[in-house]
Amino acid sequence: MATYYNLVTVVQVDGPIEEGMDLPLGDNDRTSGATVSRLVGRFGNAQFGPIYIGFTAIVALASGIIAFMIIGLNFWAQVGWDPNQFVRQLFWLSLEPPNAEFGMGLAPLDRGGWHTIAGFFLTVSVLTWWLHLFRRARALELGMHVPIAFGAAIWLFLVLGFIRPLMLGSWSEAVPYGVFSHLDWTNLFSLTYGNLFYNPFHALSIVFLYGSALLFAMHGATILAVGRYGGEREIEQIYDRGTASERAALFWRWTMGFNASMESVHRWAWWFAVLCPITGGIGILLTGTVVDDWFAWGVKHGLAPE
Amino acid sequence: MALLSFERKYRVRGGTLIGGDLFDFWVGPFYVGFFGITTVFFSILGTGLILYGAALGPTWNIWQISIDPPPLEYGLALAPMQDGGLWQIITICAIGAFGSWILREVEICRKLGIGYHVPIAFATAVFAYVTLVVFRPLLLGAWGHGFPYGIFTHLDWVYAVGYQYGNFHYNPAHMIAITFFFTTTLALALHGGLILSAVNPGRSLGDSSKQAEVKAPEYEDTFFRDIIGYSVGTLGIHRLGLFLALNAGFWSAVCIVISGPLWDDSWIVWWDWWLELPFFRQEDLVREVGDIQFGL
Repeated sequence: MATYYNLVTVVQVDGPIEEGMDLPLGDNDRTSGATVSRLVGRFGNAQFGPIYIGFTAIVALASGIIAFMIIGLNFWAQVGWDPNQFVRQLFWLSLEPPNAEFGMGLAPLDRGGWHTIAGFFLTVSVLTWWLHLFRRARALELGMHVPIAFGAAIWLFLVLGFIRPLMLGSWSEAVPYGVFSHLDWTNLFSLTYGNLFYNPFHALSIVFLYGSALLFAMHGATILAVGRYGGEREIEQIYDRGTASERAALFWRWTMGFNASMESVHRWAWWFAVLCPITGGIGILLTGTVVDDWFAWGVKHGLAPE
Repeated sequence: MALLSFERKYRVRGGTLIGGDLFDFWVGPFYVGFFGITTVFFSILGTGLILYGAALGPTWNIWQISIDPPPLEYGLALAPMQDGGLWQIITICAIGAFGSWILREVEICRKLGIGYHVPIAFATAVFAYVTLVVFRPLLLGAWGHGFPYGIFTHLDWVYAVGYQYGNFHYNPAHMIAITFFFTTTLALALHGGLILSAVNPGRSLGDSSKQAEVKAPEYEDTFFRDIIGYSVGTLGIHRLGLFLALNAGFWSAVCIVISGPLWDDSWIVWWDWWLELPFFRQEDLVREVGDIQFGL
């Protein structure tokens, strides 16, 4: 039954480690060696590593760790360096942005300055990681689809922590770093600006979020269903259509009158996933800058009765 | 006839669950089958009743049309048509149409000789819907706990129910559901991007006047091992994607069905059990929930 349904890999190939495709001259060497987990191999590839460590990865990792440590040490300092209370209150602790009185300046460290510095290092980390993705894709002569998709997520990140605070002239608009505090921020954001559900870009972002889950369920399920015909060999199927692609396409054609192709389903996937943070970022950026009360905006445009 | 070039050889008899050969035919690209007939029946009836309800209601504004569930006073009884009865029948039609659609998908899978993964996945989404409009109202003892069928009224319902439980973001199952939704979208972007980047590689590295060669799955594995040290593989990504997407739907159903039947206080105070664990010293929190410097 499980074999038939292709949910686990029953027979695992035990061959030499895959070292990876050749890199261009001038690139570093990959780490040597890899480990194999037969347990993980039941669900996906068994091989871990090798990995490429380059300058951009080291900068991204180091600045990410610095941001993480600034946030964590601030938490710890807030409970008087008490390990017991640090663990107890971990989800409740928060590194808050400075008050509006400091504008776009650097506040004293204990009054929001650390938040600005942590945000700086986090941004450096994210941007250098983008550069890392770009360089790795280029080194393998792949298209730029993955870095561009990551760029869409960075857009939302920058809107929340940089572009919107810049437009409103104050770091106090940035999201606090904390488990519950960022949830409080989200909650209050909606209340302050009159019910975010009436923000059409918020609606679009949710549509693309749910749509992404729908698409991945449809796509993942379809490929597994035609797995017995080699459907997971998507690149080969794109260039040399086999019975797996044909059955996958006909399933949807017969179900809903329309089907994607083995290639175009990945375009649908990419656009749905990428439009989620793009539309979300637009919705956040308009809030408090262009529109102060989304419910009033909705009433004005006939979305809700007077 | 809307036939694809390779389609004719796949249009074979058989695979039906009910009705033998009676409904075993296509209309244009659509397969019909017994469950196609029942899908059409429930959809037309349900849509017609929505239009009827809209005609009874105060507006034809598409954003504001709403078919509301009965008031709470009716409990689990049938309500008069104009006072929630329409909502009840439309809900039955919706479940009938969704259920028919699942079984029609099963018949198509049998016809094509492929696994039942898609109807099982769709059943998970239907389960989440039924949880919202049947299971939770049943557990709370009134159909009035279902959500209204309207574009903005259902958003108002989500808004109101969210604040009824303090801050819904603190609901642990809601946290898990959101995490699965975000992770699914991330994984979908990575998978879609990886396939597209392998088959649309752009200009050649060596000679920018030429198109680069299309890349094989070895390159996909190498790219992901290069950046994060692990590539789940061509088969694994579809298992992972299906797992993430189904969990997003499943935990969404869990997060709403526990709100009310299992916990009818604010979700913020639910977390107090952690603060009160015996090995923690009971001190005042340095930062209270909701104590946020925002827009100052």
